[in-house]
Amino acid sequence: MNIAVELSAVRPEAAPRAGEAGPASKRVVVGYGFWIFLLSDIVMFAALFAAYAVLVRSTAGGPGGAQLFSQTSVAIETVCLLASSYTCGVMSLAVNSRRRAGFYVAAVLTFVLGAAFLALEIREFADMIARGATPQSSAFLSAFFTLVGCHGLHVTVGLVWLLVMMAQVAVQQFRPSVLRRLFCFSLFWHALDIIWVALFTVVYLMGVRP
Amino acid sequence: MSLLGKLTWSAIPFDQPIIMGATVFMGLLVVSVLGWITLKRAWPYLWNEWLTSVDHKRIGVMYIILGLLMLLRGFSDAIMMRAQQAVAAGGALGYLPPEHFDQIFSAHGTIMIFFVAMPLVIGLMNYLLPLQLGVRDVAFPTLNSVSFWLTASAVLLINVSLVVGEFAKTGWMAYPPLSELQFSPGVGVDYYLWSLQISGIGTLMTGINFVTTILKLRAPGMSLMRMPIFCWTALASNLLIVATFPVLTATFAMLLLDRYLGLHFFSVDAGGNPMMYVNLFWVWGHPEVYILVLPAFGIYSEVSATFSGKPLFGYRSMVAATMSICVLSLLVWLHHFFTMGASANVNGFFGVMTMVIAVPTGVKIFNWLFTLYGGRVRFTVPILWTLGFMVTFVLGGLTGVLMAVPPVDWQVHNSLFLIAHFHHVIIPGVVFAIFAAYNYWFPKAFGFTLDERWGRASFWCWFVGFHVAFMPLYALGLMGMTRRMQHYDNLAWQPWLLVAAAGAAIILAGVVCQAVQLIVSIRTREQRRDLTGDPWNGRTLEWSTASPPPAWNFAVLPQVAAKDAFWSAKQRADVREREYRPIEMSKNSPIGFVTAFFAVVTGFALIWHIWWMAVLGVLGAFAATLVFAFRGKDESEISAGELAGFDRAHPAGAAV
Amino acid sequence: MSETQHDAALHEAPVLAQEGPSSWLVYTTGLVLAVILTATSFWAANTSLLWGPGIPLGLGVLAIAQMGVHLVFFLHITSGPNNSNNALALAFGVLVVFLVVAGSLWIMADLNHSMMPAAGPMNMPMHH
Repeated sequence: MNIAVELSAVRPEAAPRAGEAGPASKRVVVGYGFWIFLLSDIVMFAALFAAYAVLVRSTAGGPGGAQLFSQTSVAIETVCLLASSYTCGVMSLAVNSRRRAGFYVAAVLTFVLGAAFLALEIREFADMIARGATPQSSAFLSAFFTLVGCHGLHVTVGLVWLLVMMAQVAVQQFRPSVLRRLFCFSLFWHALDIIWVALFTVVYLMGVRP
Repeated sequence: MSLLGKLTWSAIPFDQPIIMGATVFMGLLVVSVLGWITLKRAWPYLWNEWLTSVDHKRIGVMYIILGLLMLLRGFSDAIMMRAQQAVAAGGALGYLPPEHFDQIFSAHGTIMIFFVAMPLVIGLMNYLLPLQLGVRDVAFPTLNSVSFWLTASAVLLINVSLVVGEFAKTGWMAYPPLSELQFSPGVGVDYYLWSLQISGIGTLMTGINFVTTILKLRAPGMSLMRMPIFCWTALASNLLIVATFPVLTATFAMLLLDRYLGLHFFSVDAGGNPMMYVNLFWVWGHPEVYILVLPAFGIYSEVSATFSGKPLFGYRSMVAATMSICVLSLLVWLHHFFTMGASANVNGFFGVMTMVIAVPTGVKIFNWLFTLYGGRVRFTVPILWTLGFMVTFVLGGLTGVLMAVPPVDWQVHNSLFLIAHFHHVIIPGVVFAIFAAYNYWFPKAFGFTLDERWGRASFWCWFVGFHVAFMPLYALGLMGMTRRMQHYDNLAWQPWLLVAAAGAAIILAGVVCQAVQLIVSIRTREQRRDLTGDPWNGRTLEWSTASPPPAWNFAVLPQVAAKDAFWSAKQRADVREREYRPIEMSKNSPIGFVTAFFAVVTGFALIWHIWWMAVLGVLGAFAATLVFAFRGKDESEISAGELAGFDRAHPAGAAV
Repeated sequence: MSETQHDAALHEAPVLAQEGPSSWLVYTTGLVLAVILTATSFWAANTSLLWGPGIPLGLGVLAIAQMGVHLVFFLHITSGPNNSNNALALAFGVLVVFLVVAGSLWIMADLNHSMMPAAGPMNMPMHH
């Protein structure tokens, strides 16, 4: 039984709507899939945010945000991360034009700024712990350290990923799979800054108010 | 600090005969399977064609095998519970001590939801989606393999918990404070948490994979409204996976932090809030049941249309109903804890939303009925399962609407009435669908149909057995029997529990019939070969391929002009000159299997507090990822000659 | 639309069409806007010039604006032919986040209300 669809019924080049054009290119598929992954990651942060919001007053008689948070430190961290998002954008432009030197300069800048953010955050955590405000002290602190720490962990993973990408460009240059991965990295890095906006607003800025 | 953390020889319960018996049995099974493979010298074939495969069809089959095997373990738990409750009345204590009974009901729920229903549904979606969408594979084939192997790792860990250590005694939901370290100091809850975190990552990746596949990878001409309805239900299900599994991951992470680092998310002191766990758990938990049942509904749609010889009635309203269930399922979760103390406003809102979600479900039932009505219905085994579902599920759903009324729920929450309700929806809803799908698509996957007689016998045993096993539970719930009772004093309950045990035995007969069906079908397969690729006169694109399909599914992607793409193509019956071009397919890769290995090592190490091993496991996984990232070629080419050759050898398969 | 063809196109066209000073401008504009919004947030949180109870709402609006700047200027959410799917996915994500956070807050606050007053177990300091 030889069955076929009339070829004249649908001409692929003339298919007007995006939904009927056939399978999308790898670049589009990978980009979209990673975007969906990012949304799922944001949902995970939402659950941690919800836990934080529920527990923010449960200080068990111990210190709350107003007593513990340093706005100066947070401001510097914010500048570092925002700047690193910008340098990441510059890096994307260099990749699009296949400029290797430009890519490496921007990548190193992004790395340094991200690492500075992390260093400041680790120092903040260490200070709090030294003052007796440990994650084990109260539910509020458990939620704080977990929420902010989870973001910091994501930044760490991002930095490792960036190093690997720098190695990949050195070994495999700008082949299609490397380009796709760089695109995913920049999506990831920008998303981390978006999450940081929510974090510093809700945790630090709203948290220092009585 | 011992080199092996908390692990000592006392972790193996040598003094418990039931566990030791089960261990020996499983051990013998594993050894004989491995031995048989070695004898047949099949390791290279197994490694190259299955274990490292990134082909969605192979991965789908492996998921289903995994699910069916774990069904046996989950069902054994059920039989043990029924047997215990049938005898442990009055002064009699039964044969299962409480600590063991508690692990059994916890394992039963955990295994059935996470390691039977999920793998079976995901396996089916894996197999079918690319074929029904008219493409060659899912969006991320290698990620697909990793997802499967992570699920398999979790299955391994949970089976190891039977032998080495213990399982959780908290029930499958693991509510704190009972699941906190203070009240569950053993490794049981850790086995539960790490297994589920590992498989949860795999499932989330699957969700991302399938959403991308459905939205970005469809045959030319296949707009969303020309997709098979199964693909719509798969889309809704996977959107829910992406939306809710991260919440479960976060919730389990918080409980793990409490247990491992002494944090206070859900503790009873220092400001912790155990009720928050319940809230967050069910934010995931309710959509989870829709993740399972929506693709099942899709299966019923496909089966009823094919065997009525008519298109599905009300395609558009089915799509609308499916997507509205998708959104509504995110709005009802509090009905799992009406009794936890929320005010009337909150309880009332969620009660009303729970009733509302019954409406689109009702729309679907009517659409199936109208699909069958006026058609020439062929009473095959898949249709039997479908009819059994319709009759049973409606009643089970009604008991759900009953409990959606908070004051009613206050009377029956956590009683056997509740247990009866959710089995009354999930067994006909999901399990019957799996069996319908199994009988329906088996010939496509393996090239021969299943024996009808044994199929019918298994259906009737399941259908009758289910009712005998679960209807008494409604009565028991109303008489006041709560769930998870290892023994009870009220002798009036015992007759009902004896009937329920008899029902379990009838279901067991059904399972045996299914096993026999498979064996008989394999033995007599030559008589039931599917030579056309289309044994049921099907409507969707998977039936246009050979049985089994080639690795690339379609040598030339089909051009879709209407809904029920294959059916409409058959009606037009045009001849088309094919132009074969070489194609690229993703290469097989051991990364899935290797990741699984390190996941098992890491999980086991974390459970037993063997920190150095956990670090090595994580580093190993990272190293493996690096090796994969730097591999030379991602794809291999299949020549036009090979494509043409296959189509010539399988002329009946050449279609759209 | 075969995959091999598209991949070849990526290789052969080293410079993509949307290149040029305009992309620099997009990123730089985004940075400037983000800096302004961020600075405003920090100011609003610390100033006594604004009505106190309105500040959290203001901070929320500013945060959403900053996220919008990131989405538009850094993630290019509005551009591209395949973008309706991206926007729909974002909307779905926003819905889920809203339901999880708002729903949990509503439920937990309501439960808290039903709990015993301050002397209850939840509020006791930790005992060692």
